[in-house]
Amino acid sequence: MRKNAVVIRDLRVVRGDRTVIDGLRLDVPAGSVVGLLGPSGSGKTTLMRAVVGVQDKVTGTVEVLDDVAGSPALRHRVGYMTQDASVYTDLTVVQNLRYFAALAGVPSPGKAVADAVAVVDLGGHEKQRVGTLSGGERSRVSLAAALVGDPELLVLDEPTVGLDPVLRRDLWAVFRRLSAEGRTLLVSSHVMDEATQCDRLLLMRAGGLVADTTPDELLTSTGAPDAERAFLALIDAADAGSATADAGPADTHEETAR
Amino acid sequence: MTLTLATAGRVLSQLRGDHRTVALIMLLPCLLIGLIAWMFHDQPQVVDQFGPMLVGLFPLIVMFLVTSVATLRERQSGTLERLMTTPIRKGDFVAGYGLAFATLALVQAFVVVGFALLVGMDVAGPLWLVVVVALLDAILGCTLGLAASALARSEFQAVQMMPAIIFPQLITCGLLMPRDQMPEVLEWLSRIFPLTYAIEAMTSLAAGDEWADVRGAVGVIGLFIVGAVVLGVATLRRRTA
Repeated sequence: MRKNAVVIRDLRVVRGDRTVIDGLRLDVPAGSVVGLLGPSGSGKTTLMRAVVGVQDKVTGTVEVLDDVAGSPALRHRVGYMTQDASVYTDLTVVQNLRYFAALAGVPSPGKAVADAVAVVDLGGHEKQRVGTLSGGERSRVSLAAALVGDPELLVLDEPTVGLDPVLRRDLWAVFRRLSAEGRTLLVSSHVMDEATQCDRLLLMRAGGLVADTTPDELLTSTGAPDAERAFLALIDAADAGSATADAGPADTHEETAR
Repeated sequence: MTLTLATAGRVLSQLRGDHRTVALIMLLPCLLIGLIAWMFHDQPQVVDQFGPMLVGLFPLIVMFLVTSVATLRERQSGTLERLMTTPIRKGDFVAGYGLAFATLALVQAFVVVGFALLVGMDVAGPLWLVVVVALLDAILGCTLGLAASALARSEFQAVQMMPAIIFPQLITCGLLMPRDQMPEVLEWLSRIFPLTYAIEAMTSLAAGDEWADVRGAVGVIGLFIVGAVVLGVATLRRRTA
């Protein structure tokens, strides 16, 4: 059994003329749920895109399931959910999932589609066009499309954004179950409460890693009462120790304003 | 191959749900041909002479627009990015789109040629060849649209790909002026444009030529289709900024 599902060394990503990630190093332990947290514009999506192999201008090492990120052999084994619901709005829920099941080469697509619908709790909406669903429902279809191929590694970009607390809790239970079954999940979020549900936490800010820790360690090391305040404490500490801190906050504001 | 078929099936499902687009694809060329037939109702030889060309031209333009917008939409909605993380090959994607729209083009060719006959088009050459060339022209439009959409980064750019790529061909294809009367450079330029061969084949069928006379032009159209598919695959990027 491998130790790490994702191994990243000296990762550098250039977008346009800006280096958005510079010298990142991290591991995602196999069979765990790893939370990728950080403000909007901190590089979470870019990092995830590098892991699934669709990010251009990547240097350094990105190893996924003992293979080079993005290599053809990995495309059966990695499921990716983009931040915006990337499913076909003019198709029904089932039509979407059947297509993604076919692409993943699932042996019994009918069952896989039914299972994925059940996991994201969209029973009763199977024949509904995705365009007529609410935002939260659409993002669940998008999540189901990543689950339907039953991949070993799931890379989920903000899967719970816009969902109500009950559904969020249920989805995190699903993530826990999938990891208990041996799958690895890399889940980004900017809801700090969700941090407590993860085995490990990666805190990102301005393209760098602020902390690679566990939920318990995060709270004890900062002495903060909750994850949100612990995160702020870490950022303040990082800013105080950083000479280039002036570029960071401005970027973040820009991203939020958009 | 399975993934090509899965993709073609998915695109056709999308089209099946969009009745208005399908209606436009089928009816728009008919409407335009109908207008021309009406305008020249007392000169039926005009419809006989130009009808086959228009039967080839209008579907090509319609299909170019529809495919270039469809693939642009795929790029912008993030679905293409997601597809690029799955086992689908770039060739499957392009071929899937090509196959789906070719199916539509087949129906379109029958509808449009049938309508042209109804409004009085009389083809001197074999009618089945007119249908075949109309179908190939529509497929050519699809594949050029697929390749062109790679050049567009926004809807504004995508809609201008049609005039940018089709209009110069339209001007030099021999419809406005016989090609042997054009300035030499333009005449030479028209030889490297696919539309020239589409119009040439239809002109010669209208004049009563047979398969042996048009097979050269048909072959060139086929080569351009293959070339556009290859270009479409080559310009598709798995990794993007």
